[in-house]
Amino acid sequence: MGLLSPTMQDLLLEAAWQTLLMVGASAAIAVVLGLPLALLLLLTMPGGLAANALVHRPLGLVVNAVRSTPFIILMVAIVPFTRMVAGTSIGTNAAIVPLALAATAFIVRLFENALREVDRGVIEAARAMGATRLQIVTKVLVPEAMPGLVAAVTVTLVSLVGYSAMAGAIGGGGLGDLGIRFGYQRFMPEVMAIVVAILILFVQGLQSLGDRLVRRLSRR
Amino acid sequence: MIRLAGLSKRFGTIGPLALDSVSLSVEQGEVFGIVGRSGAGKSTLIRCVNLLERPDEGHVEVLGQDLLALDEAGLRTARRSIGMVFQHFNLLSSRTVAGNIAFPLEVAGVPRAEREARISELLPLVGLETKREAYPAQLSGGQKQRVGIARALASSPRILLCDEATSALDPETTAEILTLIRNLRERLNLTVLLITHEMSVVKAICDRVAVMEAGRIIEQGQVFQVFTRPEAETTRRFVSGVIGHGVPSGTLARLPPPNPGEQQRLLQILFAGPGSTRSVISEATRRFDLDLNIISGRIDEIGGVPFGVMALAVYGESQRIDAAISWMRGLGLEVTEGIPEVRANPPAETA
Repeated sequence: MGLLSPTMQDLLLEAAWQTLLMVGASAAIAVVLGLPLALLLLLTMPGGLAANALVHRPLGLVVNAVRSTPFIILMVAIVPFTRMVAGTSIGTNAAIVPLALAATAFIVRLFENALREVDRGVIEAARAMGATRLQIVTKVLVPEAMPGLVAAVTVTLVSLVGYSAMAGAIGGGGLGDLGIRFGYQRFMPEVMAIVVAILILFVQGLQSLGDRLVRRLSRR
Repeated sequence: MIRLAGLSKRFGTIGPLALDSVSLSVEQGEVFGIVGRSGAGKSTLIRCVNLLERPDEGHVEVLGQDLLALDEAGLRTARRSIGMVFQHFNLLSSRTVAGNIAFPLEVAGVPRAEREARISELLPLVGLETKREAYPAQLSGGQKQRVGIARALASSPRILLCDEATSALDPETTAEILTLIRNLRERLNLTVLLITHEMSVVKAICDRVAVMEAGRIIEQGQVFQVFTRPEAETTRRFVSGVIGHGVPSGTLARLPPPNPGEQQRLLQILFAGPGSTRSVISEATRRFDLDLNIISGRIDEIGGVPFGVMALAVYGESQRIDAAISWMRGLGLEVTEGIPEVRANPPAETA
């Protein structure tokens, strides 16, 4: 790597790690929070297995509100919450909080759509066989929607790579931030080029991994 | 086994009743068919038997239990003794054949070893021994329905509900599946309630049939009775597709007019059981000096009983025709005057 100084190489490595950490951690949180929320939205919707407008409407409203707030604004707006959760409002760990929040709202709708794709007839058959609602969720909805759920995770991961570039605004670091600070502000086009190349490779890798997993899971 | 009384159901607050005080009872060991066009309410009706659909009014008694009085848990237990087979199979695409058959057992908390044993029993019953680890996507329609049937029978139900179970299958596969259901009924002493829009299914498998239209049962009885002596216009139209009952509209207008001084009368002759009209026709011609013009005729078998309908245009003197009719009636034939005309091709149904 004659193109970059050793210092730059270290910076690049560190930034790559930060991106990986931010994307990975916030995606993990989004999946863990998003799946139950998506199931809740699906079950409580009108005509659902546990129709309940009092739960469905407010929940849908909150999800939409988070989704419609531009990420850069969301990040700043929830600083007090971030400080409460992460103990600090700057740095990589702090950036994970708004990233996880945005990713959760994002993935909830994708999960909800994937779950909604499950054939109503199959759910009806499960009811006819005497399955409880919990059994319908764990044995029918989630397994049947699995390919769609995995595809949703892939889309979320890719979007998070983009979001994480804005984390520099609160000192989160990462590849995007490095590209802006060095490649753009310090006129180092080679840094910018490398950063972009790494991000492209990263996204490509995620996408093809996700696609392969979906293909393996899909039995249709 | 199944007793439905005064069932009414309306979807939404306005609009027609999907069910309009329907009463029906199905006896132990019987195959009972409900036939009707799409939208007649038959799907809603069969879903009321295991309360997938709750009626607004009425009484649902299955295996001596008042289902509407049960709580959630009680209803789930009751549902396990009512197997159900669906038009679109409704198999779990993420599970193998064995996994699908195991589903109702898993749900009921049957331990793994017992589940495996039960699957091994059921697979040969439906002829799928070699497909144990196949996924539904790798199976043909008929095979999928066999899985559906095995799954419905897994928890040893006493009642089998078939919701258009053969409507997505080709005629040959339909015949296979119907034979399978019939055999299983006998082997397992099942009571079967099925809905269909195909009269041929009723003819092939049912003991009794009810005809539905606009949320009501307009006619019901023994299959043989309903096929040979349909009363309602809708029934006649359904039946005519399967057996030659009535003639296509326009046929009668094309008949030649009678000679001067003679009469033309239209007769429908129905014969059931042993016996044939062939000699009767020629004998009547000679004996009463009549011209008999055979418009249509068909011999069939319903529920193992041979059965035939013949439509005749009779030309001759009035008294001689009367004499011929009473002579034929004396031979045990059912003779009715007038031939019902039916619309040639009732619109094709899709469920």
